[in-house]
Amino acid sequence: MRQGLTGRLMGLVLGLSFAVAPAGADEPPARVVSMNLCTDQLAMLVAAPGQLHSVSYLAGDPRGSAMAEEALGYEINRGLAEEIYLMEPDLVIAGSFSTRATVAMLQRLGIPVAVFEPAYSLDEVRDRLARMGAVLGREEAAEGLIADYDRRLEALKAETGHRPSAALYYANGYTSGDRTLAGQILVAAGFENAAVAAGISSGGILPLEVLALLEPDALITGRRYPGASRSEEILDHPVVRALREERANGAITDRDWVCGTPFVLRAIEALGPLRDEIAAD
Amino acid sequence: MSLLNVRDLNVRLRGRLAVDGVGFEIGAGELVGLIGPNGSGKTTLMRAALGLVLFQGESSLAALPARARAQAAAWLPQAREIAWPVDVETLVTLGRIPHLGAGQRPRDADRAAVDRALATMDLEGFRARTATRLSGGEQARVLIARALAQETPLLLADEPIAALDPGHQIATMRTFEGIAARGQAALVSLHDLGLAARHCTRLLLLSAGRLVADGAPWEVLTEDRLREVFGITAHFAETADGPVFQPLAVVE
Amino acid sequence: MARLAIGLSVVVLTLFLAALTLGPAPIGPGESLRALVVGDAGPLSLVMREIRLPRALLAIMVGASLGLAGAAMQGYLRNPLADPGLIGVSGSAALGAVLAIQTGIAATVPLGLPFMALAGALVGVGLVLTLAGPRGSSLTLILAGIAISALAGALTSLVLNLSPNPFAANEIVFWMMGSLADRSMVHVALALPLMLLGGLMLASLGRGLNALTLGEDAAEAMGIGLMRLRLVLVFGTAAVVGAATAVAGVVGFVGLVVPHILRGFVGARPGALLWASALGGAAMVLAADIAVRVVLPDRDLKLGVLTALVGAPLFLHLIYRTRREMA
Repeated sequence: MRQGLTGRLMGLVLGLSFAVAPAGADEPPARVVSMNLCTDQLAMLVAAPGQLHSVSYLAGDPRGSAMAEEALGYEINRGLAEEIYLMEPDLVIAGSFSTRATVAMLQRLGIPVAVFEPAYSLDEVRDRLARMGAVLGREEAAEGLIADYDRRLEALKAETGHRPSAALYYANGYTSGDRTLAGQILVAAGFENAAVAAGISSGGILPLEVLALLEPDALITGRRYPGASRSEEILDHPVVRALREERANGAITDRDWVCGTPFVLRAIEALGPLRDEIAAD
Repeated sequence: MSLLNVRDLNVRLRGRLAVDGVGFEIGAGELVGLIGPNGSGKTTLMRAALGLVLFQGESSLAALPARARAQAAAWLPQAREIAWPVDVETLVTLGRIPHLGAGQRPRDADRAAVDRALATMDLEGFRARTATRLSGGEQARVLIARALAQETPLLLADEPIAALDPGHQIATMRTFEGIAARGQAALVSLHDLGLAARHCTRLLLLSAGRLVADGAPWEVLTEDRLREVFGITAHFAETADGPVFQPLAVVE
Repeated sequence: MARLAIGLSVVVLTLFLAALTLGPAPIGPGESLRALVVGDAGPLSLVMREIRLPRALLAIMVGASLGLAGAAMQGYLRNPLADPGLIGVSGSAALGAVLAIQTGIAATVPLGLPFMALAGALVGVGLVLTLAGPRGSSLTLILAGIAISALAGALTSLVLNLSPNPFAANEIVFWMMGSLADRSMVHVALALPLMLLGGLMLASLGRGLNALTLGEDAAEAMGIGLMRLRLVLVFGTAAVVGAATAVAGVVGFVGLVVPHILRGFVGARPGALLWASALGGAAMVLAADIAVRVVLPDRDLKLGVLTALVGAPLFLHLIYRTRREMA
């Protein structure tokens, strides 16, 4: 079976009279395919012009991607082993949540795959940038981005003082604790994460009644997606509505929150007015 | 007094004429036996007379509204269905449904009717027994009791004694005789021509959907008809113990 | 009979109070009930009145609906295997509900959600009764149920997969297994009218179902209008199952387990089994919903998982017994 598929793919490639030349150890990859929303954005930031060949289709969706416009300049892939193989990349970058079978198949076909863990903290954003610089042979570009990131983050963190409590509340009653990127964004913006008081440190479900009793100063909810879902219905629950009417509230913009890229700084900035609003009360 | 008046009754089942131009009348005091070979249309005729199957022609019962019909005639189908393990008394009490108003519980009069029906069918000791756990014959008696409890002027029963032992067969036929003697009437389909001859006041003989004879047993059960309709020969005698009818042989 | 009614009512009331006092937020029982009744405009009253009360009320309503529908279907088909979940009625109702949500009917038309679920359930009941025939044999009934459930489930998945909303595709679990988590008084108000209407329709069938114990012919000859009974049964079942599924998803086996357990207590009379199963169903769903909160409080365990854990073995047992009877 495996032989059959491999053979067929090989035939296809040979028919186009190309040979797969593995990149040399010190030679930077010249044709890179990214198949994960977050590595897409890191790669677009770090890669040299022409070095990145393709990004995932999610990178072009402005709801989840902070670089949707930039993504238009690249080939789009849907993360299928076959289509990626036929792009003849000399490096594939995948997320650790990418389909295991796809990654394994690409590796069997002899394509180097760099697997990136998601960033769980603001510090890890620096690590991911540095690693992207390393795998692309663009260490200098990465260092510049990191320096810029550090400087802006420091400036944002400077203003501390009273920390109002805020709860993140998404579809299905999901929340993020302190050991998550979203939780750190919240803290960096000068809030205290209410979910921590409920004993949630990573991601998890914050029961609606626990949320009501926590009485956070601010409620930050996920933004609605088009179409309807029962999962998002909880954001219309009378209890959530009552909290929203009585307290400060904001909605997060997924694209700045989901990936460990310098765009998290935008998320931190965006929370500023909400905090000022509470401080003014 | 006429309890059932059927005229020119036709029933077409899957393109075949199952009942073909049948007409008869049943008056108070009659115990009418409906006889005929398998497939001659006995069941269909009775169901049509009750309006349970589409027909052309006239039936005084089928013309009544459902509730009035249920108070005028009780129907004991051949399929002995007891779907749930209810006790005998509950089952027999179902016969009182046509007499109860909407949401009304059984009254003393209804309980008395149930008691009479149980006594008539020799079932007093079975009152609390689970109907589905009784033997086939016992279940048959319970179902007859249910129809009796309806206490209607007319009872239509489809092969009511088929599963009974000889004692209960005779007892049940005597029960029907009692009904007739009280001024009610019964139309009973039977295969046992001997019992039909001894107990019925009148027989209706069906053959291929047509009513071929209607009259007193000795008028209906003639040698020619037995040969033509049933294909048998029989011995028929009037004795000191009443008429005796014994089928003897299949005509070659 | 009166003793059974009182007993079941006491069980339902006890479970209702337990459902009100148990939850992820640690609130004392006295304190919580006081907050429910008195009300202090604080978060405690909000929790009690907007989260726990609607949830407990819905458990009773959904349970009573499913128990009643199960008892009515069984009485009509004279078959103890008939359960709205098993024979595909709930699955079709879920399809109707999902269509209502995804097309926006639920958001724009008042009561659009339960009525669409009712429409779906109607198709399901209609198909089952057509396929299984007047006295559905166990085999045709179950086979028809499997076919309808599979088709309704596939179409539900399809509709959810086609939704532009990324969350919708993951909701197939909710529709298949059911849940009462995070429901509100809005859902109580959505479900109640149809449940009352359908419940009254089904409750009126007692005498007809009793008469059907003797078969269709005998029942009709006793003055029971079978055409009317069938219509009332179909609409009543579709109304209660549709309303229940619209707010809680498919909660299976309630209509199978409850009538089975209670049949002995009412002398197997299908009419008396109706109200008993309504009470028993309320108790079962209340108990299951308490269990999902107590056993795995932070895992969002689905209600249908628990009812299936209880119901499926019983279902197997019933199949085994039916097989023996047929042999």
